[in-house]
Amino acid sequence: MQQMLSRKASFNSHGEDSSYFLGWKEYEKNPYHEHHNPSGIIQMGLAENQLSFDLLESWLAKNANVAHFKEDRGGSSSSLSSSLFRELALFQDYRGLPAFKKELAALMGEIRGNKVRYDPNKLVLTAGATAANETLMFCLAEPGEAFLIPTPYYPGFDRDVKWRTEVQLVPVHCSSSNQFRLTSLALEEAHKRALKQKLKVKGVLITNPTNPLGTTMSKDELNHLLDFAISKKIHIVSDEIYSGTVFDSPGFIGITQALLNHKKVRVGNDIWNRIHIVYSLSKDLGLPGFRVGMIYSENEAIISAATKMSSFGLVSSQTQFLLSNILGEKNFRKLYMKENQKRLKERHDMMVSGLKSAGISCLKSNAGLFCWVDMRHLLCSNTFEAEKELWEKIISEAKLNLSPGSSCHCSEPGWFRVCFANMSTETLSVAMQRIKAFADATCKADQISYQQALYSSQKSSLNKW
Amino acid sequence: MAFVNNLLSKMAISDGHGENSPYFDGWKAYDSDPFHSVENPQGVIQMGLAENQLCFDLIQEWILKNPKASICTSEGVDEFKDTAIFQDYHGLPEFRDAIAKFMAKVRGNTVTFDPDRVVMSGGATGAHETMAFCLADPGDAFLVPTPYYPGFDRDLRWRTGVKLLPVVCESCNDFKITREALEEAYQKAVESNINVKGLLITNPSNPLGTILDRDTLQSLVDFINEKNIHLICDEIYAATVFTKPMYVSIAEILEEDKKCNRDLIHLVYSLSKDMGFPGFRIGIIYSYNDSVVNTARKMSSFGLVSTQTQRLIANMLSDDTFIDQYVSESRKRLAARHGVFTRGLMQVRVGNLQGNAGLFFWMDLRRLLKDSTVEAEMELWRVIINEVKLNVSPGSSFHCSEPGWFRVCYANMDNETMRIALRRIKKFVLQADERQVTAKKQTWHKDLKLSLSFRRCDDTILMTPRMVTPHMMSPHVVVSPHSPLASPLVRARN
Repeated sequence: MQQMLSRKASFNSHGEDSSYFLGWKEYEKNPYHEHHNPSGIIQMGLAENQLSFDLLESWLAKNANVAHFKEDRGGSSSSLSSSLFRELALFQDYRGLPAFKKELAALMGEIRGNKVRYDPNKLVLTAGATAANETLMFCLAEPGEAFLIPTPYYPGFDRDVKWRTEVQLVPVHCSSSNQFRLTSLALEEAHKRALKQKLKVKGVLITNPTNPLGTTMSKDELNHLLDFAISKKIHIVSDEIYSGTVFDSPGFIGITQALLNHKKVRVGNDIWNRIHIVYSLSKDLGLPGFRVGMIYSENEAIISAATKMSSFGLVSSQTQFLLSNILGEKNFRKLYMKENQKRLKERHDMMVSGLKSAGISCLKSNAGLFCWVDMRHLLCSNTFEAEKELWEKIISEAKLNLSPGSSCHCSEPGWFRVCFANMSTETLSVAMQRIKAFADATCKADQISYQQALYSSQKSSLNKW
Repeated sequence: MAFVNNLLSKMAISDGHGENSPYFDGWKAYDSDPFHSVENPQGVIQMGLAENQLCFDLIQEWILKNPKASICTSEGVDEFKDTAIFQDYHGLPEFRDAIAKFMAKVRGNTVTFDPDRVVMSGGATGAHETMAFCLADPGDAFLVPTPYYPGFDRDLRWRTGVKLLPVVCESCNDFKITREALEEAYQKAVESNINVKGLLITNPSNPLGTILDRDTLQSLVDFINEKNIHLICDEIYAATVFTKPMYVSIAEILEEDKKCNRDLIHLVYSLSKDMGFPGFRIGIIYSYNDSVVNTARKMSSFGLVSTQTQRLIANMLSDDTFIDQYVSESRKRLAARHGVFTRGLMQVRVGNLQGNAGLFFWMDLRRLLKDSTVEAEMELWRVIINEVKLNVSPGSSFHCSEPGWFRVCYANMDNETMRIALRRIKKFVLQADERQVTAKKQTWHKDLKLSLSFRRCDDTILMTPRMVTPHMMSPHVVVSPHSPLASPLVRARN
């Protein structure tokens, strides 16, 4: 049967055999529950934001006119609500609900401190950021061409960017020696490597704030990137899905702002046609089930092509309507984002201190729904095999699902992405206890085996003697 | 901008999106001058959009009575968080169960569907593209009987690189899909070194509005098994079958035909037509092939159904009493609409392919063409849009091999608009007939003058068209000059 299906269906380019997803499967077999399964596996491999639903729920409770698809038009509610339901049920215009796009553009501007203004007409709605990234690749690259991507990166890109598009990803190696910052040197090295492999590089794909690092890119990094893209005449796709989760300084500088502030770039420079932003409501607002993603670009041809392609994954009009109402209240929007960021910081700090007491450090971070945790000292050797062993032990003994750095294409073994926003504080507390217990046991075991190794080598030398 | 275009992929700048087809030109004409009974009564009436708007009153009533189905109501808001977080591409279990049950119900419960084989997609649009990605490599081909839905050109081909090869069906046998036509298309592909991976059918048919009979379905199943190629059945109009003959789904054939290789059979479905919910983007792939289910499910990440919508639909479709009432009432209303239009057109001797399903009928305007060419069809169509102010879809946009056929949608408007549309068509046809008659009379006159010039006769002889036009039949018989009298096309009752 394999040859009856396409090549895409037959091979593993869907990326689901990665340890990133295998850990999820382990979790699903034995999921933690505070009461029903307190010894189950705690899911820390899923970057979800569950911290602020109460705010959304109380908004909904106060705004029952959104129920029954009612709109505040006055007059008899049932006849109006009926026509609104009908309009929504029939609304399949791929340009999206104008009211919704207006609020999204406003939200994006606010997240950037209103230093940038976004035009709703340059937004393309897609079924999640998953579809947005794939669609951009279809628009920007031919099969076999490549995008550079700083490591470590979100494992889902292997599927989203490469699978059906047949575009290649060439890693730009970032190292812990400079906190995984993106350097010009690394970009150039990756570009050379691509050329050697006879790959035509069409652009660079960045995630800012970064996943899995949880950091915002610095002005310098962004300038290096822009200089690189300008000189090579290539695209930049900036996935800014975590832009609303920046909870600490330094603040967020998105690609648009970086370009506006770039000293050498004048308005009208062609680079403006090669910058494309991806956004979604899955992380900031914690609504991954609603499948709301978008592409923003100044390039009219891209907007036109991407809009047509969005037919393959439009956002449900029912959802567009609901969210245009929720986001339509400017004050609520601001209150939500501020409170959400405050709660994220609290969680982050709780995790960092919990890990610290276990003798584990993290990369200093100010954004995202996770920490990039340094467990290199728990490896029995500086290899990816050792990292895999450690990961398996963490699942089976500590009963925690973390994402190993290798699944994020990190070039150094021993780093793990650990999520903190998809569980209650109690569960996070349990998780921290388990990590501490595990780390202590591992260190003790290491000490014991070190002592044993020492003893046996002493013994053997005594014997020789 | 050439420089900018160099920055984009070939796919992005190509015409593969298919929007330059005349199918969409009509929509553009409508968009720039849309009919409104009060605000723009002279505007273009949209009859090119296959939408089902006949039963919203029933749905709305259900929504009001079932606040728990919505996560925005006080009754349903408890479910908001769990719904908003849920992004498992298997979909909400209750959604899959409800879809499987609904699909069975619509097929008269002659077959059952397994919820574990239900895979979501971004509408049927996303479903078709995903099927092409799963079954074929770039350069491979699917056979498609003509005429077919223009969107397939984009959905199956644009980003996949897959080809569509026509299986030509003709009016002389009601556009049935014959074994000969299939073999011919297949052989042509083989001779051109094109690898055929499958056959794509739409049943009930768009644009024909007919269903495939059991024998035809069986012959298609035999064909694909012999050639070892896939069969994709788009059953998006399954619940719109409003009168006999009874609908037979491919699922039923599969139950009966134990020799068929089940791994070759795949269904595409959606709630856009049967329920009238195109805005909610509920597309379904149902495959009997485990590998396809697995792969399509992974690909569904690119077009999952919003969980808010999954929840609403799960609730609605599980309400058996409501759904039974809905499907039955929808069929009644579709039958009534269909009847009003087809009878009305018969009065002006316009026939249509006899159909019992869909949201449209396949109208025969061949006799109004200047000649039997696509150009003449386009000319007629431009008149219909610009002067008659109706957006109907020309057969050529459906790749029909014979000019003169038009798809006319009737379920996307209220009763009054329908009456106005019918009046406009009838007026247009009557005027066109008169013009034709006058033109023929003038030609006859000219010929007569020429011949008379050779005779010494009284040239004040009065000739009426009725007496001289050999093709003019009694106004009650619907026959076009291009079809034999024995055509099974719909005839007017005397």
